Amino acid sequence: MAAAEEQSDVGAPLRIADREFSSRLIVGTGKYPDNETMVEAIRASGAEMVTVAVRRVDLDRSKEEGVLHHLHPDEFFLLANTAGCYTADEAIRYARLARAAGFNEWIKLEVIGDEHTLLPDVHATLEAARVLVEEDFKVLAYTNDDLVTALRLEDVGCASVMPLASPIGSGLGLVNPYYIREIKRRLEVPVIVDAGVGTASDACATMEQGVDGVLMNTAIAAAKDPVQMAGAMRLAVRAGRAAYLAGRMPVREFAVPSSPERGMLD
Amino acid sequence: MRSEKEEDRQEAPLTRIQVNGKEAVVPGPISVRGLLEHLDLQPELVVVERNREILSRDRYDRVDVEEGDRFELVHFVGGG
Repeated sequence: MAAAEEQSDVGAPLRIADREFSSRLIVGTGKYPDNETMVEAIRASGAEMVTVAVRRVDLDRSKEEGVLHHLHPDEFFLLANTAGCYTADEAIRYARLARAAGFNEWIKLEVIGDEHTLLPDVHATLEAARVLVEEDFKVLAYTNDDLVTALRLEDVGCASVMPLASPIGSGLGLVNPYYIREIKRRLEVPVIVDAGVGTASDACATMEQGVDGVLMNTAIAAAKDPVQMAGAMRLAVRAGRAAYLAGRMPVREFAVPSSPERGMLD
Repeated sequence: MRSEKEEDRQEAPLTRIQVNGKEAVVPGPISVRGLLEHLDLQPELVVVERNREILSRDRYDRVDVEEGDRFELVHFVGGG
């Protein structure tokens, strides 16, 4: 519990690489019903860091314009992703394009290995991470809930390792709390759980494992009321963090009365 | 991709290129900045890749669009 003693304040900032963030919640900007709802929900979430994707400009202008027409880079820290990439080379290309946009050298590295589950290709992720770290990127690597891969990603110099709670966009919640706890216990770099959270209790339970933060998109964007859900997530992440720092009571498979057994009437 | 406007002035030299996977014809000679203006794009919101090489913004004026160039023009969109 040394880490908890160091940072026993629930309001302590999330530190990644050389930056501090006031919120432990990182949110995506995709899949919102409209841009106004997206901006309002992100503000309600309290998140400081938001993820964005790199895509071709639509030259026919038939679709919505870029996200920066709605979100101002002065208000939010932009974390570009390599979502949709299936090879290390492709992810490296997207990361370089993202950096050339001129905001920062941070990248949410994501290399997908399977179209059906969107589970990561951990070998390709490691390969891309190695190259990008060499090129001075701050790499936040999306990965499986596999300890050995997480350790390797830390070894190659990732600024943060981001294991999934469950598959992207599934809303299945935290399927393997033990592995997430083990990854957090063993890594020095911040551990952000990325993907799979479905509702506020999932976010809270995830933070209760002691991880440094949570990244989510669909759980907010696909809620019936994204703004309300964003507010719920903000509270849940804070509650989960506070509960972790508070140190929960031991689990017992038997009852222990809360009221005195002595002093009962005859 | 050739617009009516361009057909009107057929004497003007034309440069055939590819932009985001589609054939395009631009009035040439033209710089990369000129290309972005021609496409009505804000240079500060777009990243340009020319023949698989990223062009930094300070080179937009100096680099000319050449026949057969393949451009990728990307920007940030909503994503998770």
